[in-house]
Amino acid sequence: MSETILSVRNLTANVDGIPILKGVNLEIKAGEVHAIMGRNGSGKSTLSKVIAGHPDYEITGGEIIYQGQNIIDLEPNERANSGIFLAFQYPLAIPGVSNLDFMRVAYNAKRKYQGLEEVDTFDFEDLIEEKLEVVKMNPSFLERSLNEGFSGGEKKRNEILQMALLDPTLTILDEIDSGLDIDALRIVSDGVNQLKTPEKGYLVITHYQRLLDYIEPNFVHVMQEGKIITSGGKELALELESRGYEFLDDKSGTEVGV
Amino acid sequence: MAVQIPLSTISQVDPNPIVEDTFFAGLLEQCLVNEAAPQWLQDIRQQSKSWLSHLSVPTRKDEDWRFIDLSPLTATKFVVSQDIETVYQSLPEAKHSCLVFVNGIYNPNLSDVSGLPEGVYLGSLANLPDDYDAAKYFSQQPGADAFTALNTAGGNEVAVIWADKNTVIETPIHLVFIADGKSESSFAQPRTLIVGSTGSSMALVEEYIGTGEYFTNAVTEVFVEGNARVNHTRLQQESDHSYHIGKTAISQDRDSQYTLHEINLGAKLLRHNPEVWQQGEQTETNLNGLTVATGEQTSDSHSIIALSKPHGTTNQLHKCIVGDRAHTVFNGKVFVPKAAQLTDATQLNRNLMLSSKARVDTKPELQITADNVKCAHGATVSQLEAEEIFYLRSRGLSEDDANQLLIDAFAAEIVDRIPLESLRSKITQTIEQKVKH
Ligand SMILES: Nc1ncnc2c1ncn2[C@@H]1O[C@H](COP(=O)(O)OP(=O)(O)OP(=O)(O)O)[C@@H](O)[C@H]1O
Ligand SMILES: [Mg+2]
Repeated sequence: MSETILSVRNLTANVDGIPILKGVNLEIKAGEVHAIMGRNGSGKSTLSKVIAGHPDYEITGGEIIYQGQNIIDLEPNERANSGIFLAFQYPLAIPGVSNLDFMRVAYNAKRKYQGLEEVDTFDFEDLIEEKLEVVKMNPSFLERSLNEGFSGGEKKRNEILQMALLDPTLTILDEIDSGLDIDALRIVSDGVNQLKTPEKGYLVITHYQRLLDYIEPNFVHVMQEGKIITSGGKELALELESRGYEFLDDKSGTEVGV
Repeated sequence: MAVQIPLSTISQVDPNPIVEDTFFAGLLEQCLVNEAAPQWLQDIRQQSKSWLSHLSVPTRKDEDWRFIDLSPLTATKFVVSQDIETVYQSLPEAKHSCLVFVNGIYNPNLSDVSGLPEGVYLGSLANLPDDYDAAKYFSQQPGADAFTALNTAGGNEVAVIWADKNTVIETPIHLVFIADGKSESSFAQPRTLIVGSTGSSMALVEEYIGTGEYFTNAVTEVFVEGNARVNHTRLQQESDHSYHIGKTAISQDRDSQYTLHEINLGAKLLRHNPEVWQQGEQTETNLNGLTVATGEQTSDSHSIIALSKPHGTTNQLHKCIVGDRAHTVFNGKVFVPKAAQLTDATQLNRNLMLSSKARVDTKPELQITADNVKCAHGATVSQLEAEEIFYLRSRGLSEDDANQLLIDAFAAEIVDRIPLESLRSKITQTIEQKVKH
């Protein structure tokens, strides 16, 4: 049996006192790709940010076990350094922070955490050059401010570049496909697939089954009102695509017991 | 509404009877009179002295001083101190083009002016060859406010940079004013005269540093003549226990370009007044300011840019980073009178507050009477963005490192404009130390 990478148990979380996550259960084993779909506002991004340690969300119950350890009390950077990576639905642009410098600082933070020696500017440039291949990105993007003036697709590629660099154990991709044209989608998912190994786990949030043609999930979950209301194989995504979420509405009614 | 501002911003002589101001008198008393100075200079000093006797120390009741409290300054007894032994590490780019003053006194041992091309004078006014007409420039423009008058009246030495016609100086010039108030509260009045003659070009760094408690009252005059270029970095990195009052007065002739990087990092209490007078057509002025105040610091930058002829350009960006219980002030006046048609003036003040106990006062003021101009101004106050910090932390950066990266990015917009690499990294390091907890 393969190792469990992430186990979310009865997780509930509030923002500003309002419950958003209302009892999420999810288990991701090494080598598995899990997809989460669901309507706007159902809590998908919230779940991803809670796993990454966003300070706005207050965990009111349950646990998040990552590689056997409850990470609820860990700082976001400790989670990142221990191998959790979240590619944001809306990656932020930060003027004045050089993309290259930022990635070097992030890479070295992880090295330091692992007790390894930090790499200098020159070695880092060689390393990042290699990674650029993965997402077919032009080196000129490194010279620019972090995501500033990047198109939607460029921002997403920059997220995958960071993923390639930080080589996470658990990767969460929050709508990595939104706003991408078909070529960019192919590049991004090729990038993800190149980096996939049997030791890693993936949580892929999307609205479109198209992405799942490229990044094939082992499981598909549907989230509604802060809960996973149903789970299945990749055929569930196809069904959702053709029938919409409505057909699940009764189902959630019965499960929730309203 | 017609504005004739430039003059009204200068403190006027009080028509009422003489005010006895013991603070100024007490300082002036100690200042040495240089008997060897030329008559014109002695006349100017004498004139300022009588001028000063009519002026008193500004208080919060004066509109231009309402944000800062000078009483800790006036309550301190300062003594004019002598030259002391000290060391200084010069900037690598300006190893052979630097002039060092210690407690206001020229220090030949620390200075090195061997690396300058023909057509440049770098030294003290006392040694300036006779064929330079210093009287034409000295004290011709810095205004008549009390601290400037104190500097002119009580000044002793003057640092001079003089570029002859069409002289292009590739090597940056470095002026260093070191103050030492370790053993007693000392007082020094650095004075600088910079003349960029027609068609000349130079970059200079004017730096203020020191240790202990002291009072620096500095005045710098810059003349940028026709088609000349001056790139000026003023780095104020005085000790945390010092008082620094400074005036930088710039006069620009037609087709000239002047750029100031005003970097305020040190001093317990700072007041700096950059004042630019555009005197000819098609002049370009760039004022880049960065103030970083932490602890209990008060840092006040009061600028004036006065256009007077058509086709002028001015760009001003002043940024402040304010932490702890510090207080920054930005007051920037830009005057575009009727005669200054077809000008382009922008002014922006951005403030980054790192603490809820910090205080920011900002007053960008664009006064325009010309009607065919392009003008924009504004001010913003912001804090570090929680979402940005989270984004960085989600990539493994600690909270401190994430904050630091964002603060550096805020400062970099100004710091990156400074033409000397060694100075850029020195400033960045100082900022990192200042905001670290
Ligand atoms: N910081 C916040 N402050 C207030 N409300 C929030 C916050 N974060 C999330 N919410 C609310 O929580 C709910 C879930 O939001 P979330 O972003 O997780 O949805 P989502 O499933 O990712 O939606 P989408 O498909 O549109 O991305 C929404 O109603 C949202 O408005
Ligand atoms: Mg979302």
